[in-house]
Amino acid sequence: MSGILAYALHYEGAFNKNSLGGVSEAAKLAGELGCEAHAVVIGDVSDELAATLGNYGVTKVFRAKDAPEGLAQPVVDVMAKVMDSNGHDYALFGGGLLGFEIGAGLAARLNAGVTMEVTQVNVADGKLTAERPIHGDSSISISSYKDRGIIIGRLNAFETAAPSDVVAEVQDVDVELSEASTRLTMVQRGEQRGEDIDIEGANILVAGGRGLGKPEGFELCEALADALGGAVAATRAVVDAGWYPYSTQIGQTGKTVSPKLYLAAGISGAIQHKVGFQSSENIVAINKDSNAPIFEYTDLGIVGDLNKILPKLTEAVKAKKG
Amino acid sequence: MASSNGGAPAPAQFPPPVDPQGEFIKRGLDPEDELIEVGIAIVGGGTAGLAAANRLLQLLADDEELLESLGEVPVAVIEKAKTCGGHNLSGAVMRPGPLQELFPELSREDWRAEGFAFGAVDKEAVYLLPSARKALKIPTPPPFKNHGNEVISVAALARYQQRVAEEAGAYVLTETAATQLIVEDGAVVGVRSGDKGRGKEGQELRNFEPGTDVKAKFTVLAEGCWGHLTGAAIREFDLADGREPQVWELGVKEVWRVPKPLDRLIHTIGPWPLKLKAKYGQIGGTWLYPMKDSKTGDDLVSIGFVVDLEYADATTSAHDLLQQFKLHPLVREILEGGERVSWGAKALPAGGWWSMPKLTMPGALLAGDSAGMVDTVALKGVHHSLLSGKLAGEAIYAALKRGDSSVESYEEAVSDSLIGKELYAVRNTRQPFQKGFLRGGPLVNLMILTRGRFPGGRWRWHRNDEKPMFIGDTKDGYPKPDGKYTFDKLSSVYITHNATRDDAPNHIRVRKRVPREVAETWAWMCPAGVYEIPDDAPSHGSVEVIVNYTNCVQCGAITAKGGRLTTPEGGDGPLYQNT
Amino acid sequence: MKICVLVKEVPDAAVEKRINPSTGRMDRSGERNLNPYDTHAIEAAMQVREGGEVEVDEIVAVTMGPGTAVRALHKAVSLGADRSVHLADDALAGSDVVATGYALAKVLERESPDLVLLGQQSDDGECYTIGAVVADYLKMPSLTQVIKMDVTTGKLRCERQAEYGYDTVEIQLPAVISVGDAINEPRYPSLKAIMGAKKKPLDAVGIGDVGIEGDRVGEAGSKVVCGDFKAPPQKAAGEIIEDEDTNETVEKIIAWLDERKLLS
Repeated sequence: MSGILAYALHYEGAFNKNSLGGVSEAAKLAGELGCEAHAVVIGDVSDELAATLGNYGVTKVFRAKDAPEGLAQPVVDVMAKVMDSNGHDYALFGGGLLGFEIGAGLAARLNAGVTMEVTQVNVADGKLTAERPIHGDSSISISSYKDRGIIIGRLNAFETAAPSDVVAEVQDVDVELSEASTRLTMVQRGEQRGEDIDIEGANILVAGGRGLGKPEGFELCEALADALGGAVAATRAVVDAGWYPYSTQIGQTGKTVSPKLYLAAGISGAIQHKVGFQSSENIVAINKDSNAPIFEYTDLGIVGDLNKILPKLTEAVKAKKG
Repeated sequence: MASSNGGAPAPAQFPPPVDPQGEFIKRGLDPEDELIEVGIAIVGGGTAGLAAANRLLQLLADDEELLESLGEVPVAVIEKAKTCGGHNLSGAVMRPGPLQELFPELSREDWRAEGFAFGAVDKEAVYLLPSARKALKIPTPPPFKNHGNEVISVAALARYQQRVAEEAGAYVLTETAATQLIVEDGAVVGVRSGDKGRGKEGQELRNFEPGTDVKAKFTVLAEGCWGHLTGAAIREFDLADGREPQVWELGVKEVWRVPKPLDRLIHTIGPWPLKLKAKYGQIGGTWLYPMKDSKTGDDLVSIGFVVDLEYADATTSAHDLLQQFKLHPLVREILEGGERVSWGAKALPAGGWWSMPKLTMPGALLAGDSAGMVDTVALKGVHHSLLSGKLAGEAIYAALKRGDSSVESYEEAVSDSLIGKELYAVRNTRQPFQKGFLRGGPLVNLMILTRGRFPGGRWRWHRNDEKPMFIGDTKDGYPKPDGKYTFDKLSSVYITHNATRDDAPNHIRVRKRVPREVAETWAWMCPAGVYEIPDDAPSHGSVEVIVNYTNCVQCGAITAKGGRLTTPEGGDGPLYQNT
Repeated sequence: MKICVLVKEVPDAAVEKRINPSTGRMDRSGERNLNPYDTHAIEAAMQVREGGEVEVDEIVAVTMGPGTAVRALHKAVSLGADRSVHLADDALAGSDVVATGYALAKVLERESPDLVLLGQQSDDGECYTIGAVVADYLKMPSLTQVIKMDVTTGKLRCERQAEYGYDTVEIQLPAVISVGDAINEPRYPSLKAIMGAKKKPLDAVGIGDVGIEGDRVGEAGSKVVCGDFKAPPQKAAGEIIEDEDTNETVEKIIAWLDERKLLS
């Protein structure tokens, strides 16, 4: 029971939102266990920035200044050393691609147990147990650990705490990289590619279906997505009809998403599409047919004409956000 | 509702763009080094095809020399679904004899332990449904006596048969379609497997892989109800000469997990929810079979609706009729509190004795539903499929032993067997229904009682696609799906785990521009919602049909009513588990 | 160059997956197939061979699984692998991700490959992890989510998807690469290849053959205990608004979104 270590990914001067969720969760759990939560950051992170992790509840931040950024194995080297030297029993990752890779490698290095796609962590008898959905979200499996545990959250699973003013102590660590880590070289990091629309990472999605009436209907979705700060997705029917690109397709043969907000406009909710978005946190739909199946899955359903509602909603969102 | 009986169009007036003989017959084999040579090729890994494989390999197991002479691949079974059984669906209550003969070492308990059988029939009941609320129990007519028969799943049985065939040395090539029959010098010399990796327009994609010629000493065509190659073979070798045309029925089925076990076998013979008036041309019935799953302990019920594709009301939809049927108190009592676990649809050949084609041709023979061996009075075809497959295996073994290429003995073996006897007895029993339920009913009964001798003769069949269609009001009875007890077509297709590549080529041939009545016929008929009429299409006259072929569950109904189903890319289509 | 491809047999995505109510464990009956992501890994190996940049002596498919796993190996071979290795042993039953990765690493050690390829996730729920575990045991550099891979003598240049866009990374061989489905379009095996697959060499090995320590695998050797199962939380019924006065409706929507902090 000597501590939880959370990984915080940073990029271009800011921490990844999932990492902040993981850090917050670690702090919360540490509180329940009666131990401390620490964080680990890699690379060129300023003292000020590193210390702000304290706002989310960790008391100490270990920083490996010289380790290469954006690669998993150097982080394994760092976290393994920190956990061995400081006796952390758990490592926590807030979800995200790098987190999975690091967590798995770390579990191997420490000969620990690892659980991924975790949606909830609980405390029982002074230990942590992790819940993860299985079988297409139809059931939840609960894991516990014989020894140390590595917990990797599902995207957006952990809530980021409201930041306080408390800062954390920053401690530099010197880590000798493993041989394998030295054989990787980051040539270019974070290249943006226009044509590939990444809807899986979006927090807010505005999805359009056949109810839009015509391809130009997507302009309404784009305007609203823009105002909300989200991305646009599409159903298979309209992708097939050529109204929108395949990379935005959600549903059985397209992508599965779990954003904080999924707003469906002109989508009937056929089950092949539903499986793509069903684990979204908040589901809203606008459809003129009150019997549309999608209303069975919505948290908020609006029966009405999207051509009237979307433009007004977009204006109202812009006004509200100022 | 405007009914346009005068000048009502028939689907046959708008034939699909297809030339079976031209397209599905390959004249001559590829060079030796490009083809694959097998001993016997069996097209179709269903009940009949696998029974042929099972029987043949049983005989070859005791004949080392002959087995070796067939080469590395003595028996190849070509199956287009992901696994044998994936495209198989039936009621089903099976007469146990032929399966017991095929696998004499298995007991009925063994069947249940293997997971393809669900209990012997003990109690049974037949009902007339005069209305949506009433059910009249009638004394069980002879064809419906099922005591001692076994409730089975053909999807599960095929999986079992596949395992046995593979253990005995068969190569079962799943995810492989047989797209062409190879004919050389007037004889069938093999089949060609389908291409993979074509795009929507049929173009070759980057990972395009062409099919291969499979050369075989004998070919068994056991393709099931819509027999893709069978259709071409029938034309090529005039196998339908002097026969009645084949006609079909369409069945839509669901399997439910229920809280309390059903204690009896139930059949209903209408008329509700079908229309009684002769002008609708609707004949059909339903079943409810109890299934006890030995592996999981679950109590299941198989429920299905079958309708003759003879009907004239374009809005007749077997899927929706099944949903409507479920609202009857008789059914509610059984399914309430339960959960739907499967859904599927399949056409079945209903012409019977007079419509059966000649079963043999040089180098090949027909087995099972491809040959139309279903007794639609008793709703039994599985045991015939098994028996015909077994007889096919024996006929081929005998021919190989003799060293000649003639399997003519198969024809006689079938007509002398249970298949011939049973089908002959009901040879005229369904045709009178073409006059309608009321007028035809008494004649049907007379035919049953006299085993076809009175009124006797040879009753003709009218082709399903020649029926003039009108847009009627059968659809007014369909319930609005609630997603819990009644379901729409799309959610139903979803649970068949229909995995079809998004950019796969269209395997359905239909005329795109047809009169509204024909388009509506297809849209309502298709249980998978493949055919759609655009919202802005005119309410009269010609419309442009949208074909959502990726929904297709390979039921085959379209072939009966004006289109032509061809093979999808191997591996596409549903993956039935316990239908 | 020798390439090993790790493949896994998984329940077909179509099979109804459920917990057997009487035993509490997953009902593992039903069709099993080669994990679709692994077909991309095999295809990647084939493209390296066909690309001509380096000479590939052997492509070996490796799997750990029960008897039925040979089907996955047959499929891998029909897609182009030259031979396969099947690790099967009762002692492995119940192994968690780390134990499985360790066991596979021991098999790979014996093969001594220059490149290990695998699909980045499997259809039965494991995500982006086995590759990292295997690499750690083999002490090889590794990368996952790879969608482009160019091989030259002794090294790789890979593109992979990450949180902030696409990364380009250079890796020295030997290495372990987990590929995403965007990396290539797998070929279809020809009928000849499918039928010839059973004839290719298949090496069946147990834990003793490859030096796997029994106490590091199986249920006993796994550090994760998968205990109970529970039903997911029931979603509360949603609210429905009928739009009559659109201005009013929009106001309600804004309030609803704001309540849930979706407008920040």
